[in-house]
Amino acid sequence: MRDKFIEIQKAKLLHGQIGRRQFVMSVLAAGVALPAALGFADKANAAMPKSGGLFRMGIAHGSTTDTLDSGTSENHFTLINGYTFGNHLTEVGSDGQLTGELAESYESADAQKWVFNLRQGVEFHNGKTMTSEDVVASFNHHMGEDSTSAAKGLLTAVTSVEADGKNRVIFNLASPNADFPFIVSDYHISIRPAGDMTSGVGTGGYVLQSFEPGVKSVLKRNPNYWKEGKAHFDEVELLSIIDPTARQTALMNGDIDSMDRVDLKTINLFKRNPNINIMEATGTAHYTFPMRLSVAPFDNYDLRMALKHSIKRQELVDKVLLGYGAVGNDHPISTANAFHNSDMPQREFDADKAAFHYKKSGHSGAIPLSASDAAFSGAVDAAQLIANSASEAGIEIEVIREPRDGYWSNVWNNDAKGWCACYWGGRPTEDWMFSAAYTNDTKWNDTAWVGTDSSKKFNALVIEARAELDTTKRRELYYECQNLVSDDGGSIIPLFNSYVSANSKAIAHNEIAANWDSDGAKCVERWWFA
Amino acid sequence: MHPVIKTVLGRLAMGVLTLFAVSLIIFSSMELLPGDFGQAILGQAALPETVAAFRRELGLDQPAIVRYWQWVTAVLQGDLGTSFSGRNASGVDRSREVVDLVLPRLRNTLFLASIAALIAVPLSLLLGVTTALYRNTFYDRSVNMATLTTISFPEFFVAYLLILFFASLYPIFPSLANVDSDTLFGERLYRAALPALTLTLVIVAHMMRMTRAAIINLLASPYIQMARLSGASSAEVILKHALPNAWAPIATVIAFNLAYLVVGVVVVEVVFVYPGIGQLMVDAVAMRDIPVVQGCALIFAVTYILLNLLADIIGIITNPRLLHPR
Repeated sequence: MRDKFIEIQKAKLLHGQIGRRQFVMSVLAAGVALPAALGFADKANAAMPKSGGLFRMGIAHGSTTDTLDSGTSENHFTLINGYTFGNHLTEVGSDGQLTGELAESYESADAQKWVFNLRQGVEFHNGKTMTSEDVVASFNHHMGEDSTSAAKGLLTAVTSVEADGKNRVIFNLASPNADFPFIVSDYHISIRPAGDMTSGVGTGGYVLQSFEPGVKSVLKRNPNYWKEGKAHFDEVELLSIIDPTARQTALMNGDIDSMDRVDLKTINLFKRNPNINIMEATGTAHYTFPMRLSVAPFDNYDLRMALKHSIKRQELVDKVLLGYGAVGNDHPISTANAFHNSDMPQREFDADKAAFHYKKSGHSGAIPLSASDAAFSGAVDAAQLIANSASEAGIEIEVIREPRDGYWSNVWNNDAKGWCACYWGGRPTEDWMFSAAYTNDTKWNDTAWVGTDSSKKFNALVIEARAELDTTKRRELYYECQNLVSDDGGSIIPLFNSYVSANSKAIAHNEIAANWDSDGAKCVERWWFA
Repeated sequence: MHPVIKTVLGRLAMGVLTLFAVSLIIFSSMELLPGDFGQAILGQAALPETVAAFRRELGLDQPAIVRYWQWVTAVLQGDLGTSFSGRNASGVDRSREVVDLVLPRLRNTLFLASIAALIAVPLSLLLGVTTALYRNTFYDRSVNMATLTTISFPEFFVAYLLILFFASLYPIFPSLANVDSDTLFGERLYRAALPALTLTLVIVAHMMRMTRAAIINLLASPYIQMARLSGASSAEVILKHALPNAWAPIATVIAFNLAYLVVGVVVVEVVFVYPGIGQLMVDAVAMRDIPVVQGCALIFAVTYILLNLLADIIGIITNPRLLHPR
């Protein structure tokens, strides 16, 4: 009886029917002690999003060449900006689960023909009602020979996109893909009005007021936003603040309310500030050292195994990431993914095993390892640490410092360099990650892992799992895939880096998503001022 | 022909040639850089077909000499071209004219440069003249030491110190100088205070030392001794007799520093998040956005040429021997 009364009072507080003082008085009357009553009130208030305020965020990216075309969106500034004024067919929630966004529901009987039922009555910022025609145009923007979209590779399997009436879109795929609904949540594939893919008109919770590439983006709350319980700030300013010291100073001085990418070198000093909350989310992003099987000596299984055993992973986490990360097991599936193989034993530094495999490989001489901080901050240091630990196993590694400029075109994924440093932002699903960089049909197969027996088996398994709608079977298939990549694959994956960001204590939020930095890059519509 | 007009015309002609050479050098060095716009903008996500689509769209598949010729002829007609970014095969072309991209940034940079110059130039002249007047005194030594200290620190360090003292410990000024075109003049001045102060501290030493040296150099001349013998006070000697002859070297140094204020402040822009032209050019180089790089380079070259021309004219006007040659 008493509990029920308190629940009712809590609900009233949440909906603003009674004030905090009145709430505390009434639960005190019900026999609750004062500290507990105050605690109830604070808890209820913190969980209850409040509207209003100007949210200013400092973002570590942003360039004068940024555009509002989601197809060329490539840095975190354009990602957050895009997710703030635009919506997608589906959305990855804070818990990592997929839900429909502009699609109310989606279904498929064979994972090859996908039907998306659109939400009705959603309006673009220009007043036009969103229909299937806009969705088809938005997808065509990323397909076709002349498309300059970075999502082109993602949609190669789509053979046709058709409107079926005003509120339904049908996708036909060249081969079955159970994860297709995940793919359409990708930040590139924003739904825009047909005929206008590049001016920043979307259906999102905020309307773009002004956008100055590389400087800032100003947005105002969309009064007709269709999504309930989201988009709480009245106004938003996204600022590009590339210098980490400037970003951190701005947060400490109250010039901004939130920032991404805390500089790990100074984090211990930074977190002493009483007005700041540090947030850490271990997502799918990871650092890799791909060895190309198309180049000697990396075509040798034993040599690859020797190198995989000559790395002190925890040391890399502690020294390169200053503890803000997790060790990897030479496969790209993170604990944030649904089918992370938790049965696989963690690979550790083992000088004996490394020496054994090295001897068996018959290789001699120094092995070149190309690195540049273009790959990730601390890549050159990480390469030096690897060279150091490998020398304990009698393996000589020569670290080559490559120029930052042109690293992705001349060093990475290039037969001229057999082994280099690289990073992957990670992908929300296993299939997506594997088909981005590990299957035989992707051009980003940076390990050239295509000819071995294990890789052939892996490719068959990935295709089988892609078409499989049964979760238990998929789990088994993906576990096996991870084993194959970890043992025979060419990539050394020692680190999963955490997203470390900071907020002023005035900002409140629920559990934060780990699929991208900044609460899945959707912080603007998810957070509020407490 | 009057020597001033002759100099101006000669210099302007040379200036045009210099601009041509600069554009050629910039264009060919951009060609030498690895990668192109498509690869730079797509980064790790670049697929050969996508990069090819970019090249077709931007005309990058044509030979360099053809592209350079097209660019030069357009510029001669007053068209700096459009930026590479934002062009799109499907949908609306949202790319921006280089002029529209550069002008607001240039305005911001000129604003910051003018504020810094308005503080720094009178200050360094004053310090230069007074240190020459009271040379080898305690005052002279302490001014020299202070200015040499500020010039010896890297700009970003001076900037961080100012942020520490005037934004963090004693929050008088904001640490972010993010102005935009709607910012009012007063607000703009307030936000630009710390960057302007940083630049002032960085350039004062050079101008002040040059003023002092130019005057002291002249103090050894016979005509100064003559002036002294005729009973002029030391202030008179310096202001009336020495300074007029020192204007030429001082003007050259001031012009050099003003040009630096326009073209060389990218570090200060980054630290204070000030949207100036330096950051624009660095971004454009990183992204291989050639029209923007060329546009910025031309503006920088014009700045140098005009400021040096101005310094020369001041040199001629203040020197009767050059103004009325026999």
